[in-house]
Amino acid sequence: MPRLQDHVAIITGGASGIGEGTVRKYAAEGARVVIADVQEGRGSQLAEELGPQTAFLRTDVSDEAQVAAAVDLAMNRWGRLDVVFNNAGFGGVSGPIDELDMVGYDQAMNVLLRGVFLGAKHAAKVMKPARRGVIINTASIAGLQSGFGPLTYSAAKAAVAHFSRCLAVELAEFNIRVNAICPGLILTNIFANGMGIQGPAADAALKNIDAAFADWPPLGRSGVPEDIANAALWLASDEASYVTGQAIVVDGGITAGRRFGEMGERIASGFGIDPAAFRAQRGG
Amino acid sequence: MGRLEGKVAVITGGASGIGEGTVRLFAEEGARVVIADVQDSRGQKLAEELGPVSSYYRTDVSQEEEVRAAIAHAVKKWGGLDVMFNNAGFGGVSGPIESTDMAEYDRTVGVLLRGVIIGMKHAAPIMKSQGSGCIISTASVAGVGIGFGPHVYSAAKAAVIHLTKSVANELGESGVRVNAICPGGIATPIFGKGMGLDPEQADLTVDLMKVRLAEGQPIKRAGLPRDIAEAAAWLASDAASFVTGHALVVDGGITTGRLWSERQAAGEQRLAQFKLPGNV
Repeated sequence: MPRLQDHVAIITGGASGIGEGTVRKYAAEGARVVIADVQEGRGSQLAEELGPQTAFLRTDVSDEAQVAAAVDLAMNRWGRLDVVFNNAGFGGVSGPIDELDMVGYDQAMNVLLRGVFLGAKHAAKVMKPARRGVIINTASIAGLQSGFGPLTYSAAKAAVAHFSRCLAVELAEFNIRVNAICPGLILTNIFANGMGIQGPAADAALKNIDAAFADWPPLGRSGVPEDIANAALWLASDEASYVTGQAIVVDGGITAGRRFGEMGERIASGFGIDPAAFRAQRGG
Repeated sequence: MGRLEGKVAVITGGASGIGEGTVRLFAEEGARVVIADVQDSRGQKLAEELGPVSSYYRTDVSQEEEVRAAIAHAVKKWGGLDVMFNNAGFGGVSGPIESTDMAEYDRTVGVLLRGVIIGMKHAAPIMKSQGSGCIISTASVAGVGIGFGPHVYSAAKAAVIHLTKSVANELGESGVRVNAICPGGIATPIFGKGMGLDPEQADLTVDLMKVRLAEGQPIKRAGLPRDIAEAAAWLASDAASFVTGHALVVDGGITTGRLWSERQAAGEQRLAQFKLPGNV
């Protein structure tokens, strides 16, 4: 039996990237899914492809009425709501702190943090009376350590991880589990979009992003949306029925630290020893 | 098809508690499993029950030669090693710091930390040569927060978490993933054994622990070996192929902090003390 048979889910940011990967995974596992996104073309195309077990609704997660409407759609069409995946996001404002554009700051925070609060708020309204449900929030390794994203993005993601812990405690007595996922470097358009490249050009740039990232994680490959979808599937399933308040890191080991041996090679090169020769001598 | 079809696993401490739960789930999911434990009769009985997909091998994890032999047994019997679950453990030495018995300290760290390092050490060369493999170690919420176990147990479990990240960093480049699981309050015989009961008597305390552990965390039930087994199965499966260096907490939310209902009650009490009107 599929692992999410009869489940109903809302996935924000479901039209592309991690969200799209999770929509596909959930649908394959039997769930009915509301694709909540601002990307109308991509979202309705995906819903058409996957058929009547999915529905696209244009949803700006920073607008409370639109988030409430996504919950209403799920309840009216399918009569229940088992999973809300607050995943919509973008890189947001970047640059040095002294030049921070506060309009950009508000835009980033509204999507990355306010959007998660709104998704959880309206999920809780229907999950509490049902006394069951799962809320999953996309945080980031940028929220765990510095250096993986812009300042505002990183601070918002740290807030999302802590919000998930705090909310887990509040909602546990209603049998609602709340967790975050912290993706590492995942091949999506977020990076190209952040450089001002949009649409098909961003899709085409994925191979450049892959080339830039592949040898960074200890596991030696870039992450793909399916890696995060797999974690979101597990968290949504009854297999994770004792897991709440956690930030699950899916990053190929990047936050485990610097590449093994890098420190030794740096020191060796300081003594004029060739890093390759040092590696060979160490036998790694 | 099972999620672990064709995989070969060694599970230390596999004869009881979390280890036994994981042996059972792994076997259900299609894996072949070496049950590595010091509890001979329980281990043999479990292997008999599960049939030829499992094999009991007496293993004291603090003895390097015995761990090496258990892994060699798996490789010889089934041709490889896909999953090494370093799970054997016990409560170990307890009491105030000034009365810590150092022989007991050595025995505790010998199993809880040395045993894990030995498991990693002997799994690594096989997994590196395969270019694939998954090492999982049982840490604990006692290694994340304070007050969940004796000093030495807690320190050893924190060390297991950091060791996991460090070794993940090394072995990732060889295609080997390394993760830890941090169980919360799981109803197993570990508590009864810690109170000095023999294994059979300790088994009888599991139902008691299910009741005693039910209220401590936001999710109002005791954890079960199956909860940890499910986490281990996910980590061992290809669904987690980008997960390495992670300490996966499965604790019903106990490490998230004080219970919501407790905080509400405390807030109301404070309000009453201050004789303030209104609701919390």
